[in-house]
Parts: sequence; structure tokens; C-alpha cells
Amino acid sequence: MATSTTGLEAIDVTAPPTQPPGPSLIYQWLTTVDHKKIGLMYIVYALLFLVVAGIEAMIMRVQLAVPNNHAVSPQVFNQLFTMHGTTMIFFVAVPVLFGFGNYLIPLMIGARDMAFPRLNAFSFWISAFGGLLLYLSYFAGSGLYGAGAAPDVGWFAYAPLTAKVFSPGHSSDYWTLSVLLSGIGTTGTAINIVATAFCMRCKGMTLMRMPLLVWLFVVASCMVFAAVSPLTAAQIMLCLDRYLGSHFFDTQAGGSAVLWMHFFWIFGHPEVYILILPTFAFVNEIIPVFSRKAIFGYPAMVAASVAIGFVSLSVWAHHMFTIGLGPAGNTFFVFATMVVSVPTGIKMFNWLATIWGGKVIYRVPMLFCVGFLFQFLIAGLTGIMLSAAPFDWQLSASYFVVAHFHYVIVGGILFSLFGAFYYWYPKVTGRMMSETLGKWHFWMFVIGFHLTFDFMHIPGLLGMPRRIYTYEAGRGWELWNIIIGIGAIIQGVATLIFVYNLIYSYFRGPEAGPDPWDAWTLEWSTTSPPPDYNFAIEPSVSSARPLWDLKHPEDQDSRYE
Amino acid sequence: MLVLSVTLAIFLIVGGLLVYALIKFRHRPTDSDHEPAQIYGSTQIELSWTVIPILIVVTLFLTTTRVIWQTEAAPKPAGAVDVIVVGHQFWWEYKYPKLGVVTANELHIPASDPSHPTPTYLEMSSADVSHSFWVPRLAGKTDLIPNRVNTMWMDPSQPGLYLGQCAQYCGTQHAKMLLRVYVDSPADFAAWIKKQQQPATRDLSGNPLAQEGQKIFLGTACISCHAVAGTPANGRFGPDLTHLASRDTIGSGAIPNTPQNLRAWVADPNAMKPGSLMPSMHLNDHDLDAITAYLTTLQ
Repeated sequence: MATSTTGLEAIDVTAPPTQPPGPSLIYQWLTTVDHKKIGLMYIVYALLFLVVAGIEAMIMRVQLAVPNNHAVSPQVFNQLFTMHGTTMIFFVAVPVLFGFGNYLIPLMIGARDMAFPRLNAFSFWISAFGGLLLYLSYFAGSGLYGAGAAPDVGWFAYAPLTAKVFSPGHSSDYWTLSVLLSGIGTTGTAINIVATAFCMRCKGMTLMRMPLLVWLFVVASCMVFAAVSPLTAAQIMLCLDRYLGSHFFDTQAGGSAVLWMHFFWIFGHPEVYILILPTFAFVNEIIPVFSRKAIFGYPAMVAASVAIGFVSLSVWAHHMFTIGLGPAGNTFFVFATMVVSVPTGIKMFNWLATIWGGKVIYRVPMLFCVGFLFQFLIAGLTGIMLSAAPFDWQLSASYFVVAHFHYVIVGGILFSLFGAFYYWYPKVTGRMMSETLGKWHFWMFVIGFHLTFDFMHIPGLLGMPRRIYTYEAGRGWELWNIIIGIGAIIQGVATLIFVYNLIYSYFRGPEAGPDPWDAWTLEWSTTSPPPDYNFAIEPSVSSARPLWDLKHPEDQDSRYE
Repeated sequence: MLVLSVTLAIFLIVGGLLVYALIKFRHRPTDSDHEPAQIYGSTQIELSWTVIPILIVVTLFLTTTRVIWQTEAAPKPAGAVDVIVVGHQFWWEYKYPKLGVVTANELHIPASDPSHPTPTYLEMSSADVSHSFWVPRLAGKTDLIPNRVNTMWMDPSQPGLYLGQCAQYCGTQHAKMLLRVYVDSPADFAAWIKKQQQPATRDLSGNPLAQEGQKIFLGTACISCHAVAGTPANGRFGPDLTHLASRDTIGSGAIPNTPQNLRAWVADPNAMKPGSLMPSMHLNDHDLDAITAYLTTLQ
């Protein structure tokens, strides 16, 4: 089996239990520094918050289903959209992606753990504490005038709404501090991912043989350094404003509301790419395996990812076309924003070319990737529309924008994440997820998604702004809001099927074996689930697809490099 | 329009290719077990789908830039009407500096004749937090930001009532910070301005209840926030009430302006618009009747 080019003796070699049976299970998980356990904790934690923030979305859709509804008060509604946005971005999307990164990166580059295992544990726990702190706000002080409990200033917390005079209680402080903590955790993990990818690769794995997934996580992590620091700085400045009498954002004392917008969006827009790049990573791994072809244009994919990373750091003010930047400023940000579509287009075409001439096998992970491709295409195109400033003057802060970014986040990020769950679940648990339940989940989610987010564009075009707790009858918005609500319920049911599938398959799923998908990257060379420290012997590779080389000694990738 | 057709064309082409590839190249049960041919890339093809999108982007960018400069750097004609807009939590203040009119929530502007343009130029700021002025059928939105002056213009040709609302989250009642813009024919506009320029002082002797209402109004905290021209009331924190009864709505477009609604509003604004910054004055029934009677005289 072993040839001169591969050293994958790790197959079927599990490490013997080296530790004496000691501390309890809970103690083990609380104190672990193992990248796989930390990765799993990230993922489970994110799933819990996904359900919470999903319920918040459902309540909002119930409130908006009919005009002049009184299901919830305006105060509660404002808290709901603030908590929904903050939770989904900071405590669902970031942790779940970092969870996958933590779990997969060492396995894919043939390493035994992350570069800094203790920093890894620290980052997880500080992020986790941030999420808990945010929800503790429900038991704490008041927010805007006439409002109580949880933060209600929007996930973007525009100054001066967060100033002490407009938000007198402590709810804004809960928001600030929990986002600050999450930012520290995010930065720690990003440092870890970059260090791991650059220093821990196994023998023979040059940078250009690194799986694309690892490349994309590296780019996203580098963006974290550039994007999260301004956010952290802004949070500290806001705390100073609120408690030590500084006036960065305090407009009544001459501070600047626009300054906060710059700080927030220079984080906020790169953040979208920090979230979408790892999901490109999943698609990059899944599409080739299920098309039975190597990824088309590996170097171009790497270059496009790095290009997206750079360009997306200079597009933030397209969130601010309506604040009066002036024609010169607007023109610059229109250009930067439109330019991002070029490397993104390259990725789209390369995926298409990977499928072209392949033999596409429609298992559940691939289905989700197909959904991703179409939805991301549409999301990208509505993005180009919004990047044209005059178009944006009409539609910014309307439901058109809400539909656009949910197309990116749900139709893109969440779909590819679901694909990743079905694809790597056998590796993590040693069991396959139910294909039948998976197809139910996929089709219901597709239907629900399109009912909700296709039709959400329309009230936006008809003038419905975001963040309103109710609306008058007779503006032509009623029908669309009912359809949106029905779609949301279908998506909720589909998500419950998914969660049930996760639990059911853990106990009843068929045995997976080390390599159920006949895949090509290193994580499939070790057992499922992988043993402690992953590989008994350090693997050695000679191409980007070591397992392909092993399975096809007559037609090895390494010959084409 | 160009943006729309270009994106639609891209969608049809790329989406069509995707559908074709996904169907044509599916795995069939009759297929052999061999893996398909492995293709790692092609410089020429990749170059073409880099260069073509760049050309599309440049085209879109140039057309967009033209619209931006035409809109934002447009010269201001002599016949323009100036309005100062100030955003408040959760209502709109309008001042016509050249015409000496101050009003709230319902903006009147003249319809513009292309041969004789009278566009309206808005100079916008905010008294508290950020707001955004958005009447979709008249113009794009512009934010009202404290410590900053933004400008925009509208040039409507069709008279009528145009609805809109605040488009920047501004607090508890962001949803009911509604906008009503009345585009009047030039004659109607001139008549409206003339009426608004009059002070409200009128002979109330024929209406003892309103007379009493005025006394209560001037004797309570109402006047620390509200102004009625021609009386000692000159508060600026709330809407100017000089011609309150000439408006169709109260509560920034939230509620029709009827005596019953007005009375209920004065009794407890937070019951009708939770989060409104106007407090309940805890007036008794008689005083409420009197104040309502007075306010309805402010034509």
C-alpha cells in the first residue's frame, strides 16, 4: 500500500490509550485543550444559539405577519432584532465556523493539534462567556427610554443611540462587553489558525499543496486581525464615553456619530467575508469529491481568496452611501465594492468548471452545495445592484437589503454549513447521518428559504424599511409579509429535523468507516472519530490530494505539479 | 436600469450553465466505475473569465459614477424652495427660512414644472440621534445626523400625497416616525404658505371652553415643549402647534387628527405610541375637554 510518495500508515493505526482512566467526563471537557473537543464545543455552543436566535426571528415574523399587530410591544421587538443579529453573527456564525476550522485544520494538514492548544481553550471559553453575558442582560437593567432589559440599539448600535442619555440603563453595556469578549476570543483563534497553517504542516505539504479549506481559513483569520481590532477599539471608546466622560461618539458634546459608523463598518463588512470565506472553503472540499474531479484552477482559487481578503477591507463605506459622504467618497466605495465581484466571479466559474465533465453524485452534502451555488449567485448579483450608490439611496436600510444579506448569510453561509455538517459528521462521530432525513431537511429548507427571502425583496422595493415593529395597512406590504412568515416557519421545522438527525444518527446511524465519501484529503486517512493526537505517525504527502495518489498510483496528482 | 439588465443577463448565463452542467454531468447508474478525467485548470479559460468581468465592472462603475455626480453635484436653480428638516425622536420639524414658516410632520412642497423648475432643497440635521428621510417615490434617502448637515433635493411634477418614513433605526418608536409629503400645485402651495404665515391668535370669546383650554395650555408644562405663534408658548422640544388643526394626522403620521384622537393623545401619548417622549400630564376630564377644544381652533 505505502508507496515512496505517501506515508499514510496512519490508516487503521489508532493510538493506544496512554492516559490512565482518571477525571470525570465533565472535567475532561472543561479542561481539554484538544482541538477536536474544542471544535465540537464551539459547534454545539453555536447550534444552541442558532436555535435561540432562530426563535427570536420567528417571533418577529409573527409580529410582522399582519399590519398594526400587537403580539409584542415595540420595546420587545427592538430587543428581538438586536439580539437576533448580534447572536447570529457573534455567537452562531463565528463560533460554528471556528469550530469546523479547529476540528479540521490540524487533521487536513497532518498535524497533531493546533499550534497553541491552551490559547485555543482560552479563546473558546472567553467567547462562550461573551454569549452568556449577552443573554444575562435579560435579567439586568433597562435600555432606551421606556424600554427594559436586553439591548435594543440594533446589532450595529449606531451612536448616539448608545449614549448614556438615550440608553440610560445597563443593557448597552451588556452588548458592548459581550461583543468585546467575543472579539478577544475570535482574535485568539485567528492567531492560532494562522500559526497552525504556517508552522504545523506535515512533511511534503507545501503551501500550494495545502487543502483550499485551510487557505481560506488563513485568509479569513488574517482579515480578523484587520477587522476585529477597530471593533474592539470602538467598544472601548464607547465604554469610556458612557462611564468616564469622554466624547468620541457623544454628539451632544461635539462627538461624531459618523466616526462610530466608520469603526463599525470597517469591522462589519470584512466580517461578512470572514464568514463567507470559510464557507467557500467547505464548498471547495465538497464539490470536487462529489463531482469526482480535482478542483479546477487551484492557484487561481488561492489568488482569488487572497484578493477578496484585500479588496474587502476597503469597501466598508458602501454601508454609508446615505450619510452624505459626497460624490468623490461615494464613487471610490462604489468602485471598490464592484471590484470584489471579480475574484468572487472567478470562484463561481471555477466551481462550475469543476462540475463540468465530472460525475456528480447527489448526496445530501452536494445538494446543499448546489443550493449554495444558485443562492450565492443571486446574492452576489443583488449585491452588485446595491453597490451602485444611486440604487442604494433608495434601497439601503430597506427590506431589500435585509433580503440581500440573508441571501448571503442563510442561502450562502448556512447552506454550505449544512453541507459541511453532513459531509464531516461521519468523521467526527464515526456514523453516517440519515440520508432520508437529510433530504427532507434539504427540500423543506430550500422551499422555506425561497418563500421567505425571495419575497422579502418585494416589500423593500415597495418602501418598507428595516427594524420597524409594525406598519400601516394599505402600503401593499401585507401579502408579502404573510408569505415571508410562512417560509420562516417551514425553515424552522426543517432545522428541527436537522437537529433531530444529528442526535438520532449519533446513536442509530450506520457505521461510517474512515473514508465514507471516497475523498482525497488527509482527514479521511485516520479513523472516524480520529484518535487523540490524530495520527500515530506523521503523514507525508506529495500533492494536494494525498489520498487520490494512494488510491490511483497509476495516475498520481503529483505528476502534474 | 443598465445595472438591472446586466445582472439579469449574468444570472441567466451563469445559472443556465450551472443547470446544464449539473444535469449533463450527473452520475448515472450505467456509468463505468472509472473516475472522470482529472482536469486541473486552463490558463486561457481562467484568463477570459477574469477579464470579461473586469470589463463589465468598469462599464457599470462608469455609468454609476455619472449618476452620482449628476445627482450630488447638480446646480441649484433660482426658483428652488429651501426647507430645513430637523429629525427628532420620533417626529419631523420643518422650517421654511425664506418664507417664515415652521411646521411639523406634514411637509408641503410645490409641484415643479419642467419649463419653470421649483425643486425643493432640504437641509437636514438631527436634534438627537440619527434618522433618515425616505419618501421612496420622490427621492432616495438621506440620513439626518446630529452635528452634521446633509442636503438633498426633490423635484416632483405630480401633485399628490406621498408617504414615507424614517429609515434609520432611531429608538423605540422608529416604526411610527412616518413621513407625509404633500406635493401641491403652485397655487395651492402659495395659499398654504400664506395660511401658515398667520399667527394663531384669534378671538376665542365665542368659545368659552377653548378659552379655558388656552389658559390651561399656557399654565401647564405644555409650553416648555410646544410653541404656538402669537402666544407665550415657544417651546421647541416638541412639534410646533400653531396650525395643528390644519394637519391631517397627529403623532407623526401615526393617528388621524380627530378631536377624539387628539383628546386621547393628550391624556396619555404612551398608550397610543409607546415610547413617545411626550409625558401624560394627568389632566382631569374637564381639562382634557378644554385643551382639546382649544387645540382644534388652531387652524
